[in-house]
Amino acid sequence: MNVPDDLLYTESHEWIKREGDKVRVGITDHAQSELTDVVYVELPKMDRQANAKEAIAVVESVKAASDIYAPVKGTVVEVNKALEADAGLINREPFGQGWIFALKIDNADDLKNLKDAAAYKKQIG
Amino acid sequence: MTEAAQKKTPLYDEHVKRGAKMVPFAGWLMPVQYTGIVEEHQAVRNNVGIFDISHMGQFVISGSCAATWLNTMLTNSIEKLDVGQGQYTFLLNDAGGIIDDLIAYRIGDTKFLLVVNAACVEEDFAWLDRHRSENVNLGDRSAHFGGVAIQGPRVAELFVNLPARNHIVDVEMEGMSVSIARTGYTGEDGIEVFFSAKDAVNFWNTVLEKGKDLGIKPCGLGARDTLRLEMCYPLNGSDLSPKRNPIEAGLGFFVDLTKQKFVGRDVLLKTKENGPTEKLVPFKMQDKGPPPRPHYSVFENGKRIGEVTSGTQSPSLNWGVGMAYIKAPHAKIGNEIDIEIRGQKFPATIEKKPLYKKS
Repeated sequence: MNVPDDLLYTESHEWIKREGDKVRVGITDHAQSELTDVVYVELPKMDRQANAKEAIAVVESVKAASDIYAPVKGTVVEVNKALEADAGLINREPFGQGWIFALKIDNADDLKNLKDAAAYKKQIG
Repeated sequence: MTEAAQKKTPLYDEHVKRGAKMVPFAGWLMPVQYTGIVEEHQAVRNNVGIFDISHMGQFVISGSCAATWLNTMLTNSIEKLDVGQGQYTFLLNDAGGIIDDLIAYRIGDTKFLLVVNAACVEEDFAWLDRHRSENVNLGDRSAHFGGVAIQGPRVAELFVNLPARNHIVDVEMEGMSVSIARTGYTGEDGIEVFFSAKDAVNFWNTVLEKGKDLGIKPCGLGARDTLRLEMCYPLNGSDLSPKRNPIEAGLGFFVDLTKQKFVGRDVLLKTKENGPTEKLVPFKMQDKGPPPRPHYSVFENGKRIGEVTSGTQSPSLNWGVGMAYIKAPHAKIGNEIDIEIRGQKFPATIEKKPLYKKS
């Protein structure tokens, strides 16, 4: 399973890529392979604020709906509209075109609470 | 229930070997998918797929009074069955509520095979045993038997001399004694095969080997659910329950009210006479959007009129579909309803069965 070294991770299977004062967020390769066949993504509203571990998006596979959590406190500044037309991007390119939203983060120190690739690899065994 | 407490079918190791994702279901550890629900679903619609159904219960009922007695326990008319023929039928409680839906096969003049839902084996057996009459033997062979469903338009290329639809035959295959029934839960041509548990692995691998050139796929419960929902076949525990009767579920065809006596008859007669207060209806979302799911509320003009019992993204239609119990006056084909999904209402239309038809 692909777990890129340059990303951070949550226990709930989101990946986080730091881009200056922003973070880009998606779900991991492991998560998409568990869900399979993503058919719908409910994106968060632009400009909404979210606390860490707050559910702000939903990824629906054929089988079930899964909440996606804000990894850190921040404000939604980008959403991936491409997923509205093609939710399967999450399966095909979980770390690329399948990103879900970007947050402007309140406090960069919050990122210290996230897992690095090694810790996440250990989690998913 | 912990994973250790879950039962394993005789095919458990084969599923794991082939990389299936195993999940608890009705007390069993079952494959929910191997490669993906959509891929497995399409294999069955276009080609052929094989499912482990060893978790289902198998009862054998025999004795000089078996037919007469079973006819009082089940809703369909057992008298209509010739030897080697099966029928879909219901086991009801005294209030006409559905304990289980099952297939009853007449496998001898005075001998029957009932194939029941995994989650209901103990309850069904206890209920039947409690009502058992003289000269009726009731046996549960579930622990010693396994089964697979082989489903898809190309199934007949894999076997010779298949029985006619809804019929069952006993055959010898590569040294194994198996019963082959032309039945299924997918809407495609297909068979369900029952065999001794000790033959399960051999049979499973024999069929996969035979079907290799056809591209046969092992399929999990996920595809089983999307396939049956597209056909509007009910799932007990979701669409059927002890609080619902077959008339409300729109399955009166499998109830013979001309029979003088069977458990639940009085209540069903009354439901039929007065009309059910709620009905199970299939529906399709009007727009591309989130798929409907069980327990979502159904509205019409802002008023709550029912609840979704099954819902998914139909892999064949690539569209949200489901079934819901709604108040009878609203349950008309073509009626527009709203499904509430995370606080927002999405329009849907009540459809005719089935939700998916081969073009």
